[in-house]
Amino acid sequence: MAFADSWIVVPVFAPLTAALLAFLVRRASFFISLAAACLSLLAVAVLVNRFLVNGPAAYAVGGWDPPLGICLRTDGPALIMLVLTAVAGVGISLYAKGYFTLRIERPSRVGRPERQERFFWPLWMLQLTGLNGLYLSGDIFNLYVTLEVIGVSAAALAALSGKSASLIAALRYLLVSLLGSMSYLLGVVFVYKTYGVLDLGLLQAAAAPAPGVIAAMALMSVGLLLKTAIFPMHFWLPPAHANALAPVSAILSGLVVKGSFFLLFRLWFDIFSPVLPAAAFNLMGSLGAGAIIWGGVQVLRQQRLKLLIAYSTVSQLGYLVIAFPLAFAGGSSQAWSAVLFMASGHACAKIAMFMSAGTIMLHAGHDRIRDLAGIRAYLPVTAFAYAAAGVNLIGLPPSGGFIAKWMLLITALAGHQWLWAVVLLAGSFLATAYVFRVVAQLFVIPPDKPVITRRRAGLLEWPALIMALLSLLLGLMAPYPLRLLEAGQIVRTAMTMGGGP
Amino acid sequence: MSWENVLIVAILMSSFLPGVIIFMLPERSTALRTGLNLFGAGLKMALVIVMDLAIYYGRIFQMRLELMEGVELFLNADPLSAMFATLSSALWLLTTIYAVGYLEGSPNRSHFFGYFSLCVTVTIGIAMAGNLVTFLLFYEMLTLTTYPLIIHRGTVESLRAGRNYLVYTFGGGGIFLFAVIWLHTLAGPADFSAAGLARQLVESEAPVLRCIFLLMIAGVGVKAALVPLHGWLPQAMIAPAPVSALLHAVAVVKAGAFGVTRIVLDVFGVNNIIELGLMPWLIAIAAATIIWGSLRALQQDGLKQRLAFSTVSQISYIALGVSLADHRLALIGGLVHLIHQGLMKITLFFCAGNLAETLGIHRISEMAGVGRRLPLTMAAFTVGAMGMIGIPPTVGFISKWYLCLGGLEAGNQWVIMVLIVSSLLNGAYFLPVIITAWFGKQQGPWPQERKFGRLETHWMLLIPPLVTALTVIAAGVIANAQFSPLTWVKFVVQDYSH
Repeated sequence: MAFADSWIVVPVFAPLTAALLAFLVRRASFFISLAAACLSLLAVAVLVNRFLVNGPAAYAVGGWDPPLGICLRTDGPALIMLVLTAVAGVGISLYAKGYFTLRIERPSRVGRPERQERFFWPLWMLQLTGLNGLYLSGDIFNLYVTLEVIGVSAAALAALSGKSASLIAALRYLLVSLLGSMSYLLGVVFVYKTYGVLDLGLLQAAAAPAPGVIAAMALMSVGLLLKTAIFPMHFWLPPAHANALAPVSAILSGLVVKGSFFLLFRLWFDIFSPVLPAAAFNLMGSLGAGAIIWGGVQVLRQQRLKLLIAYSTVSQLGYLVIAFPLAFAGGSSQAWSAVLFMASGHACAKIAMFMSAGTIMLHAGHDRIRDLAGIRAYLPVTAFAYAAAGVNLIGLPPSGGFIAKWMLLITALAGHQWLWAVVLLAGSFLATAYVFRVVAQLFVIPPDKPVITRRRAGLLEWPALIMALLSLLLGLMAPYPLRLLEAGQIVRTAMTMGGGP
Repeated sequence: MSWENVLIVAILMSSFLPGVIIFMLPERSTALRTGLNLFGAGLKMALVIVMDLAIYYGRIFQMRLELMEGVELFLNADPLSAMFATLSSALWLLTTIYAVGYLEGSPNRSHFFGYFSLCVTVTIGIAMAGNLVTFLLFYEMLTLTTYPLIIHRGTVESLRAGRNYLVYTFGGGGIFLFAVIWLHTLAGPADFSAAGLARQLVESEAPVLRCIFLLMIAGVGVKAALVPLHGWLPQAMIAPAPVSALLHAVAVVKAGAFGVTRIVLDVFGVNNIIELGLMPWLIAIAAATIIWGSLRALQQDGLKQRLAFSTVSQISYIALGVSLADHRLALIGGLVHLIHQGLMKITLFFCAGNLAETLGIHRISEMAGVGRRLPLTMAAFTVGAMGMIGIPPTVGFISKWYLCLGGLEAGNQWVIMVLIVSSLLNGAYFLPVIITAWFGKQQGPWPQERKFGRLETHWMLLIPPLVTALTVIAAGVIANAQFSPLTWVKFVVQDYSH
């Protein structure tokens, strides 16, 4: 039993160990990282299985109980994010291998690819540690620690490419990230002062209107919004994501921003929702609406593929926060489902898009959108992956984005909240415009275009396709994540009916 | 899994799997690709016929997959689905043969035929959709799978046409989604059924339901090319001829018309729409589209453009029949036109493609004397055009006959007027083409002539239009036989006669 329980530490400790080993044993760094990613995936699968059988689990690391020790726990939303991270972890690791191999074979003017690869693997493993830790952690101070791990390793990853633009962007990213963490930590102090506990479960039970709590939530939320790059605090994101190396862009846009968002959402919906006024939810919603529209318009103005994808992240993140007022009306479980579908669909799609963009850049030598026509002649799989991922961003069926938008629109129309519904639709139209602006170039081979054939790397093309198909077919797989969420609900009600945990 | 379910899956997979495999084939393996295509198309045709027979003898084909609460994918092959599925798979088989001949030696064929196969899979999905969510799923996917075909040539004009197509169809798709969700919040999840909405709901929520109905019709009206939402169709003519055939006869426009049919008959229910007072609106839209399309067709010199506007006009006969759905004969006329228009229009597009491929002719003014150079093609064209005008014994006559009878039964003089005027206009824009082609004098050499030995053109380009032209006549002559489109439509209409 004790051994079986300890699977829960694997997603944190496997990447952490791998980060150290990959730094020390330089030659085997890829295999070490891949092994850690696969091991995390296996552990997450075991955790999901155990969750479906036994319900939410908690594990005190080293046998020290919560007030003193570190407590790891699983519930439905956390498991879904863990599955997403684990699957993406394997995919990104494979892609990164292909990416660096090709770069080392064909060195360009900027940067030293061997050096980049050497630092990439440990940092990437550290990033995974932080993310998995964040999803598993059960108290708001440990969450702060994971936030710092994520923030620092993300900034370091962003700086890897070595171009001066990326150094500036990465430094700005680091400062923003630290500022966000500080603000969050200040909020944690307020909470501790008010309730005297840090554990999420205890807080949930204790949460009651108190003078400090609004201030605490404001501080924590601003910090997390800043880290998640929600409009109008998104200014740092496009340069940082667009100038990074392609696998790094995929990590940053697909996974990292989801981490801080997940924490934000958990605080708002699982812990403090009874304490917060409806106006606060509406304020969040208007930030989301702003992000969708402003971000969407900005995307249309971009001339470079990677910048376009980065701005589309700004716009898509808006859907996550526009869900706040809608989900508030629909209750916690529906809120989680809509947001998780949106987040995981977007993560898979964005990872696939940045992977495709990286592959295109390696082969074409540039990412000017209007000169991309004809690239399909030698990168057919990549072109298709980009389009399939785009379908999710637009929110067409059967993608994960569609399921999320369906849920949000149903709530909006049922509650006669027309404004949100119109914004959701407008966002889809903007997404259609910016997705197809690129797809039109990727799908045609102009008659007069000379066809270049160069060696193709399967490791670059297939991970992107698989991530894109995952996002595209997520809607058809909807019953599984929903069952995970429901299983948590059932156990929770059973526990409360039985007299509390 | 019962054999009925296996059959549904097999029908979808018989074009989906070949499509996926074709994507992965290298460009040069022409024989394998062609073989796979024809095998898939033939297999699908056979399977659909088996399904038709089973449905006729009362078997039920249903499959469900619940995605989340209130959202389930539901495939249900009722007689109306079987009708659309049979039409699509039969015409797909012919279009595939035609496309193989048409694109011989051109680049990027893997890409083309891959999407071509996916496109038909999705169309069958539309036919078999048993509720609005499933319909929406396949309806949006149809846009996605046809877009690469429209921009296939990769020229600036084709990209522009593709962009326009997206603006129109996704605009319509967004409105449709909005309306579907709105209805969902009022009426909850519901399968398609002849009963339609609950009476109580219709009485209590009439203004909202009127709004939803108009939004839904606007949504599917984009693909059905209802005026003023038809702008994308003539532009999309830039695509290769087999794609035009697919858009006009097999998939896109048909999907729109089929959507109108489903919404009127199975989502709202005929009686409810009459109760809501919406039928006159639908009649007005259909009539306006019929006349406007014909008038615009008259002004076109480009052959494909004239055919495109003729589609705009002809497809609304279906909407007209559906809008008189409380009169059995009119409904028969409308639904049977879904099949008949497909047969006639695909013939005309095949012929237009032959003219372009063999002689480089794209304009009607260049067609003088072409009947002597391409006698079989022009014979097929003449049959198709006669059908459009409604001359017996072609199938076009059958459609119009039933529509007229329905109009008389309804006592609606406007409908009769519209039918007469549009037939005159059809004559006005098709007869000059036929007369020029047969009796005109050839002026100078053909723009771009290609020789094909003893045949007038490539045999793969010749057989499909001849087959469809013969069907246009045969299905008209034996309209009352046991296995004619008309008999099947009468079988379909049983479900909706109250």
